[in-house]
Amino acid sequence: MDPQSALFYVFSAILLVAAFRVITVSNPVHAALFLVLSFFQASGIWMLLEAEFLSITLVLVYVGAVMVLFLFVVMMLDVDMESLRRGFWKNFPLAATLGSVVALELAAVLMGGFRLSAPVQGSSTSSADAVSNTLALGESIYIDYLYPLELAAVILLVAIIAAIALTLRERKDSKHQSPAEQVKVQARDRVRLVKMDAVKEPAALSQPTTEGSSS
Amino acid sequence: MNVTLGHYLTLGAMLFALSVTGIFLNRKNIIVLLMAIELMLLAVNMNFVAFSHYLSDIQGQVFVFFILTVAAAESAIGLAILVLLFRNRQNIHIDEMNTLKG
Repeated sequence: MDPQSALFYVFSAILLVAAFRVITVSNPVHAALFLVLSFFQASGIWMLLEAEFLSITLVLVYVGAVMVLFLFVVMMLDVDMESLRRGFWKNFPLAATLGSVVALELAAVLMGGFRLSAPVQGSSTSSADAVSNTLALGESIYIDYLYPLELAAVILLVAIIAAIALTLRERKDSKHQSPAEQVKVQARDRVRLVKMDAVKEPAALSQPTTEGSSS
Repeated sequence: MNVTLGHYLTLGAMLFALSVTGIFLNRKNIIVLLMAIELMLLAVNMNFVAFSHYLSDIQGQVFVFFILTVAAAESAIGLAILVLLFRNRQNIHIDEMNTLKG
């Protein structure tokens, strides 16, 4: 067995065990950490498939950003896990049956049908050995798929705005500016002009018995 | 015996089956449901990358790139909804999410 096959089997075994632990452990923090482990194994397998850019992207973006977000959320929520796991063993027979049916069907079709052991030399020269994977992927994305790339950027922007808008909470005790109020303010809201004489009547001063304001 | 395309596809299929099982097992736990969806997307991406390698076609990897983008957006919004739900109800029981009477 050549080292590449050995690595494939090692990575796949750890990946499947980690995925199994993700769906069975009771602590969601452990589940998130096992998911991180399975992403690392998948990245190793993609490295074997010579998809270096995506493999590193998976680690950087998925493990570095998405899974850390998962961990933050899971740790911040004080969830009662016992009540969430109440139906676990009741669902187990159905889930195991369905899962094994899906696995057997797919494996029966796939294992026999695709005996390609080496890459075919296709007409597309973009993934030839002369060009690195990152260069080929970049050329394809930025030349052939520029418009979908912009759409993907818009999707990310929508996700940012949606996530912030969903979780934004105005605190009652914080002092904040209201830009709309500031923009539409008029001069008369700020300054009140009072018409009055410059000099007061001397008659008013000549009456010492009058009480009230001194000036 | 060399590793063939079928091996990678079978790995993806087993991963997909595991995550289907996980969705049925953890029907009440929305956190693990989101994680199972991530695993499912990983299985699909595995198929894409395997085909891309064995057919010498870079477009499979381009598609994986877009799937990663959409998956990141999906999990960000999903977790935001989860946080909002927890803030409003102090729990994340799926059985009590019946306000819309769907």
